[in-house]
Amino acid sequence: MASITLKGLKKSYGNAHVIKGVDITIEDGEFVVFVGPSGCGKSTLLRMIAGLEDITSGELNIAGRVVNDLPPKERGVAMVFQSYAIFPHMTVRENVAFGLTIAGDSKEVKDAKVAEAARILQMEHLLDRRPSQLSGGQRQRVAIGRAIVRKPEVFLFDEPLSNLDAALRMDMRMEIGKLHKALGATMIYVTHDQVEAMTLADKIVVLKDGLVQQIGSPMELYHRPANAFVAGFLGSPSMNFLDVEVKAVNGNKITVANSALEPVEIEAKTGSYSVGGKARLGIRPQYLTPAEGAGQLHGKVALTERLGAETVIEVTLSNGKPLIAALARDAIFPIGTEIGLTFTASEAHLFSE
Amino acid sequence: MASKFLKSNRTGWLMAGPAAALIGCFVILPFVFAIILSFTNQRLVSPNAAEFTGLANYRQLLGMATLTLDPVKDEAGVVKLAADGTPEYPAVRSFTRNNPDHPDLAGMREWFSFDHGDSRTFILARDVVFMQALLNTFIFVLVVAPLQGGLALGLALLINQRLRGINLFRAIYFMPVVVSIVVVSLLWRFIYDGQSGLLNNLLGAISFGAMPKVDWLGNPNTALGAIILMSVWQAVGFHMVIWLSGLQTISPTLYEAGAIEGASKWQTFRYITWPGLRNTAVLVLIVITMQAFALFAQIDVMTGGGPLDSTQTIVFQAVERGYGKQDISGGSTISVILFVIVLSISMIQRWLTRERT
Repeated sequence: MASITLKGLKKSYGNAHVIKGVDITIEDGEFVVFVGPSGCGKSTLLRMIAGLEDITSGELNIAGRVVNDLPPKERGVAMVFQSYAIFPHMTVRENVAFGLTIAGDSKEVKDAKVAEAARILQMEHLLDRRPSQLSGGQRQRVAIGRAIVRKPEVFLFDEPLSNLDAALRMDMRMEIGKLHKALGATMIYVTHDQVEAMTLADKIVVLKDGLVQQIGSPMELYHRPANAFVAGFLGSPSMNFLDVEVKAVNGNKITVANSALEPVEIEAKTGSYSVGGKARLGIRPQYLTPAEGAGQLHGKVALTERLGAETVIEVTLSNGKPLIAALARDAIFPIGTEIGLTFTASEAHLFSE
Repeated sequence: MASKFLKSNRTGWLMAGPAAALIGCFVILPFVFAIILSFTNQRLVSPNAAEFTGLANYRQLLGMATLTLDPVKDEAGVVKLAADGTPEYPAVRSFTRNNPDHPDLAGMREWFSFDHGDSRTFILARDVVFMQALLNTFIFVLVVAPLQGGLALGLALLINQRLRGINLFRAIYFMPVVVSIVVVSLLWRFIYDGQSGLLNNLLGAISFGAMPKVDWLGNPNTALGAIILMSVWQAVGFHMVIWLSGLQTISPTLYEAGAIEGASKWQTFRYITWPGLRNTAVLVLIVITMQAFALFAQIDVMTGGGPLDSTQTIVFQAVERGYGKQDISGGSTISVILFVIVLSISMIQRWLTRERT
């Protein structure tokens, strides 16, 4: 079956090194999301797997075969593009059947397979339309239809939802999740949207500057980020980082403080620390709660955003640095109010400089 | 009183004025004149006032008739044979000259004839040279349009690649377009020369002298073909550039999708490239057709319509009559006929290549 392994994969354009040695193992039937900021190389990596970009060095293995030098069609992959890439002069039916037409399948076979794909994607009523008569979401459905109709073992998605509006994006995200469960195929999905990554993935690969930052399940990455980049990338609003000074070291229990933070003992999971050194303390906005008294952190409310389910406030700490807190329900904190905040030490993360 | 449209747009009219005046003077006025003159007997320079002659010019140019004759038989009813053993027919001249029984054939000449059964049908035309010009022009268009369009597309596909030095090839293919057609025609006259021409020498060399020397432009069988070949070569670069611009409007993602789905080179062309070039194809086809109908400079420089009228064309005839013979009404009539032909063909092409939904 179609497991995929990337061994020391590199990609360079002349002197520009885009992918700098990537090792990933993807099990058969797994839903893997490559996530990272723009320019991190995630799309390039996907296109290398698809065969649309050459591999400079390293080894790419799909379903037990080294496919470095095979053309895309011999890799047994299907791909869905951000711009849909559906053929404007063909009807939806012809678009979905394109791969079968290329393979020379008979009309009966094509009709049956297209009908099946249309049923799965609930687009039977669209089959005789032209792409110009479709909305963005419907076009993406057609593109997915073209991918599933050949029953490939590996699906590649290159930011498939980026061109859709927010509501539609959520619908399609759920559909893709259901599709994965229904087909049981290996899927690799590239996105810069951490919500898509968190909700869809069995396994997330966080990339930055052509290097893997961390690989793991969504909850693993969320609760045990390997570095400050991963910690800051996942979660919304993103994690607060406070520049702190190390006051005491006791094994992996580190006591840190700064002018706005009362001394607090944190269990460090990564990095090495020495007394007097600098460190970064990461606290997710959701894990901050208003204190009865002064609290561990104190400052003034600078901005309030009430979203109904939660209220996001920006606090200017006593040392002048900003801090974001996401408080439960519609807590009311007028701008300018003095506020104290507390957090549980075990839910904070410490990163060395 | 000036209308609001004219008044409120005074500055606009002032700015558009010079261009509008020039277009009016050199495009619209001659166009209207040509139509008016084609219904008169106006001469280029003449002391006599022009008279309205209705459709006489058109009848003179397009008048055709058929005449079917039986072979000449002697008293016993036996077909008389000519010296070369073929049946002898009455002279066509005896029907078209001073024959009171056939006033409609008066002044016509034989264009061509064909046998069927025992009799022979003669196609008569009032203006055989013009008929030949019409025929030659249509042959030219029918050969040049697909040949030039196809070659240009082939070249465009070849140069639409990312290769080192590809711009050099683009420049080379485009170069003949920049050179004046008159200069090109002069140069190719040397190439086609019957004695020491480049083409004859080249063919002689690669066939080790087995290929006899041909006077390409002096032989009625090869003259039109030679001009077709040169014309295709000269303008192919221009259409290549149009195709190229069409090729570059096709999204690269579509090709990637095709590659993922496993399309071969031919399938990629058939399902992605060609449908994406639809509008370009219509444009190229119409432009080539119109240019081909206007064939003149090559003829004027290389053959002057000869040998034996084998390279007469519509526009060459229009110029020849209007200025050479100072028969400006005749030349105008030919222009109007050409206009009607090109217009109808363009409309047909647009209709055939219309967007079907």
